Amino acid sequence: MSVSGPQPLSFRDGVVASVRVKWLILKTAMEERLVYRGDFAFATLVRFLPIVTQIFLWNAIFSGDTQRQLNGYSYAGMVSYYLLVMLARAFSSMPGLANGIAMSVRDGSVRKYLLQPVDMLDYLFWHRIAHKLVYYAIATGPFALVFWLCRDYLPAWPQTLVLYAWIASLLMAFLVGFLIETLIGLVSFWFLEVSSLIFIYMMMSYFLSGHMIPLEWIADWIPWVYYLPFKYLAYFPAAVLLGRVPLESLPLELGVQAGWIVVLFVLNRVAFHYGVRRYGAFGG
Amino acid sequence: MPAIEVENLGRTYRVYQKKEGLFASLRGLVHREYREIQAVRDVNFTIDDGEMVAFLGPNGAGKTTTLKLLSGLIVPTSGTATVLGHVPWKREDAYRRRFSLVTGQKEQLWWDLPAQESFRLHKEIYRVSWDDYRHRLDELTELLEVQHLMGQPVRELSLGERMRMELIAALLHRPDVLFLDEPTIGLDVVSQRNVQKFLLKYQKEQGITVILTSHYMKDVEALCDRAIVINKGTVVHDGLLDDIVDRFSQHKIIELHLASGDSPHGIEQYGVVLEDRPPMLRLQVEKQKVSQVLSRLLAEYVIEDVSVSERPLEDVIAELFASDHRSER
Repeated sequence: MSVSGPQPLSFRDGVVASVRVKWLILKTAMEERLVYRGDFAFATLVRFLPIVTQIFLWNAIFSGDTQRQLNGYSYAGMVSYYLLVMLARAFSSMPGLANGIAMSVRDGSVRKYLLQPVDMLDYLFWHRIAHKLVYYAIATGPFALVFWLCRDYLPAWPQTLVLYAWIASLLMAFLVGFLIETLIGLVSFWFLEVSSLIFIYMMMSYFLSGHMIPLEWIADWIPWVYYLPFKYLAYFPAAVLLGRVPLESLPLELGVQAGWIVVLFVLNRVAFHYGVRRYGAFGG
Repeated sequence: MPAIEVENLGRTYRVYQKKEGLFASLRGLVHREYREIQAVRDVNFTIDDGEMVAFLGPNGAGKTTTLKLLSGLIVPTSGTATVLGHVPWKREDAYRRRFSLVTGQKEQLWWDLPAQESFRLHKEIYRVSWDDYRHRLDELTELLEVQHLMGQPVRELSLGERMRMELIAALLHRPDVLFLDEPTIGLDVVSQRNVQKFLLKYQKEQGITVILTSHYMKDVEALCDRAIVINKGTVVHDGLLDDIVDRFSQHKIIELHLASGDSPHGIEQYGVVLEDRPPMLRLQVEKQKVSQVLSRLLAEYVIEDVSVSERPLEDVIAELFASDHRSER
């Protein structure tokens, strides 16, 4: 053994090594996810129940009148909005992420990320991608079935440009959702208990993301709702595909979404930097 | 060149002082009182490349805090330290690839998967080549006798088996420095001995630098020659393990084998009777009086055999810490 360490890798080898780490985190996390396959499959299927009840609910609200308009949404428009919002949520919702970080800070297992030559947020990111991939593998079938059953309510196939914008908005919805939840999780470096914070976030985002009702309905009371990052979690991708965002404003809107990702990313880095310095104030 | 250098290292914690009762809890919502605890203060020591050193001290003495500082988990409030030329709390990857911290808690293994999956991930994280990986894994699983458990989910392993898996995870990248914080806590005697034997052999072969904390003096005696005793956050002894007994023990043990089978009368005046199993008798005598007591015993009783020995390290340490607790009150 020598006190001087091994030679550092060249840039190219370093990149290859780091890609291999990400791939292995992804692979291992997928294996872990599949351990409890029964529970997982059941949970995934149960998540489709609210979609069905929600469609019945809107049917009751519109009293079965297909011609009726409510604040600019017909019954068919409402159903398709709701289905697309659910699809966006499949990308942006992060069950257990913030709570998981808080728990690992509380029980000390967060040490793993500090002791090993890994980046905690990067590790969690690939871990979450694995969760999502396994989820999509199971949920694609039921989602396709629901969309097929509701095919008469859906609008015509959009033009290619809109389709691309929609895909971009979905992928970025994943990032916005991920970064908001990790940021809340990192607050646990200061306050060990963040479950009420998570609860408040859930409530707010259900409302302000357009998950509950279209944002146009809320904007009458809260005009600044469009300037918050929450709309990118649900409303925005749906609005893009439904043609509610004019073509000429698509680049700007997508740019703002990307801007939020940058802001949230920086906030995460800052929170991690200072949070880790706070850490260790707990326990001897 | 020393592997570990610690200079005037200090760490203070601020802890919330909660008084008893609901009213105090409500008051705590508005106004909180904090107390500063100096977990570590002015700690100095140097550890050479390839040394295996024990950290001893009662609970809350600052051992774990020192290890946390050296592994970069926490930042000190004063002083400096370098390990392998790195400042630990900068948490550079170049440093993190070269050390491991093993504690009695579940730490690095994926709970729901077999340990080998975690090892594979470690291989990539620590950039171990395939050849080295296979070679080390074979070697470690054989030494720790866990080959047959490699395919079993970690949650289904016993505590001792899991601890051995944690050790493998900690050693796969062949760290140059190893911090062991109570590595045998909660293990049965057989597992304890296995882990001890393994650590001794491994350290000899690899020449790695090791700091070990343990409440089991058996661990410490089996593994380390040098000990750093920490109490109330400061180093009170740094030297050979054997010197601890010399320095801190005020007593020696005299063992007598008497010719007659009866307990002799009046023997209590010479010291504390530790064991009285005629014809054997063990007496604890003040160090400076040993020769005086011996000559008087030999004059007074018919003795077949006599021996004088040091007190066991365990007792001396226990006494050292206990006297400290008393003086605190």
